[in-house]
Amino acid sequence: MDKHSLFTYDMLSTTIIWTVAGLLGCLFFWLLGDLMRQGIPHLSWEFISEPPANAGRSGGITSILVSTGLILLICMVVALPIGLGTAIFLSEYTAETHPLATFTGRSLDVLASVPSIVFGLFGNAFFCQLLGLGFSILSGGLTLACMVLPILVRTTEQGFRALPLEYRTSAAALGLSKRATLIHLLLPAAIPALVVGFILGLGRAIAETAALIFTSGYVSRMPTSLFDSGRTLSIHIYDLSMNVPGGDQAAYATALVLILCVLTLNSLAQWMAKHWTYTRRMNI
Amino acid sequence: MRTPRKTPTPYIASAYSTRNIALCCDPDPLIQTRDLSLSYGNHQAIKNISLTIHRGCLTAIVGPSGSGKTSFLQCLNRLTDLLPDCTVSGRATIENLDILSPTIDVLQLRRRIGMIFQKPNPFPMSIQKNLEFPLKEHGVTATHLIQERIQRALMDVGLWNEVKDRMDTSALRLSGGQQQRLCIARALVLSPDVLLMDEPCSALDPLSSGTVEDLIFSLRGQYTIIIVTHNLAQAHRIADYVGVFWSQAQAGELIEFAPTHAIFEHPQQDLTAAYINGIRG
Ligand SMILES: Nc1ncnc2c1ncn2[C@@H]1O[C@H](COP(=O)(O)OP(=O)(O)OP(=O)(O)O)[C@@H](O)[C@H]1O
Ligand SMILES: [Mg+2]
Repeated sequence: MDKHSLFTYDMLSTTIIWTVAGLLGCLFFWLLGDLMRQGIPHLSWEFISEPPANAGRSGGITSILVSTGLILLICMVVALPIGLGTAIFLSEYTAETHPLATFTGRSLDVLASVPSIVFGLFGNAFFCQLLGLGFSILSGGLTLACMVLPILVRTTEQGFRALPLEYRTSAAALGLSKRATLIHLLLPAAIPALVVGFILGLGRAIAETAALIFTSGYVSRMPTSLFDSGRTLSIHIYDLSMNVPGGDQAAYATALVLILCVLTLNSLAQWMAKHWTYTRRMNI
Repeated sequence: MRTPRKTPTPYIASAYSTRNIALCCDPDPLIQTRDLSLSYGNHQAIKNISLTIHRGCLTAIVGPSGSGKTSFLQCLNRLTDLLPDCTVSGRATIENLDILSPTIDVLQLRRRIGMIFQKPNPFPMSIQKNLEFPLKEHGVTATHLIQERIQRALMDVGLWNEVKDRMDTSALRLSGGQQQRLCIARALVLSPDVLLMDEPCSALDPLSSGTVEDLIFSLRGQYTIIIVTHNLAQAHRIADYVGVFWSQAQAGELIEFAPTHAIFEHPQQDLTAAYINGIRG
């Protein structure tokens, strides 16, 4: 190719890439726009601050927000420490080729691709029945924790493995203990990966319906304890649009709230990651 | 502290400095190895290394690639512990401490024997934190003490004036030469007795390399230094003793160990003579 056609070729690929990227952007805004167009008229302070009435057609979603929050909280409080611990065990205390590491890794990969309804059935059998927790927020949160753990562990583990080996050798050469190296050097450096894992896990959890129908149930009353059944935002949307004639407006409004929650959590996590690794990011 | 005896010797061309080259410092054994051998799995990397490192002296280890120089250094601060299938045998002592004993406090040993690597490897933290973190972990917690030691270490490596106004910026923003000097400061801040340096200048540009070499030379006497280098002229310029490693039948062995002038002027081994004349290796 001569210089001229090379230039044309370059321009062409640039145009295509920009067009595709633009289209994807448009898709997101179209989706959001549609959601806003249909949802905003129904959105009001009352919608946020009142319990649902008339099967959700009127009233608000307070109890549902509370249940969602509690389920996510349980999920993350349980999943984060276990996930981080497993990831550190896999990346720092076992060689990548160690049979135990390979076995755990494979199992996690399989678990990550198991359909959520299977987790629902497992959660129902194990938490609701075997442990006797019944249809409850606790059962739902624990089931979700099982579901997000594989993603959380894998992303965090990769984050740790991606850290240069020199960090570990140079820290050891300074006579620093493994514990100190982990806490003060490796953990801060792996925080971006941790946050990505957290966001992916949370995203999977907050969008979940199938696993929760069998475990936390779909009672829309305000929960009074963790042993009460509770309905999450996504189950509410599902119920309104499938089972409640005339519930579309409320479904759209709820979906809008859900999206806003996701976006807020997302930016919060980004901000935290940036804040914690401030000295590092600021200068690179 | 012992001041090395300085004797003027023939000057080797150096673009950046003129200095007196000491032939040798006072012999006072600090580190001794006897029949030190190391294997990775069933591949023997070094075999029967016996040598004596004298206090306050600068000992250079030279030899072709793969002759086990790095492996030898790693035995001395037990960095070999990090490698899963690496076995060390023989004896190595620093003063009366048995380096290879499974019961010694390895963290204290490594505090006493600092190490500088080929590639500058500051931590992804601010300059301040790079120096503060090791100090705090070794129990120095008083703020004024930390500050004092950090400043002294940075002054020793000639970095203080360059970084004193930006202690809180990332160490990764420093130039390669500055990063290497920071790494030396990070080792010095723990006041070690010994510094192991594994080709500390070879990843740097000639100018920074010169600065770091001058720095290493200035540390002589105050610290006992073992430096691995591929640069024979550098070994000639700065070292009191030179050890030549050579891989014979796969495993690296020490073929000659002597004061620098002896190695360069009257090598006892044909291999050494050939190597320093650039014929082999
Ligand atoms: N982690 C390791 N696992 C297995 N073999 C190794 C390892 N490190 C080094 N070796 C082998 O041990 C021998 C000595 O290596 P070493 O790195 O000590 O040599 P060197 O003299 O430092 O070489 P260079 O001048 O290239 O740095 C080489 O044959 C090398 O392949
Ligand atoms: Mg080497």
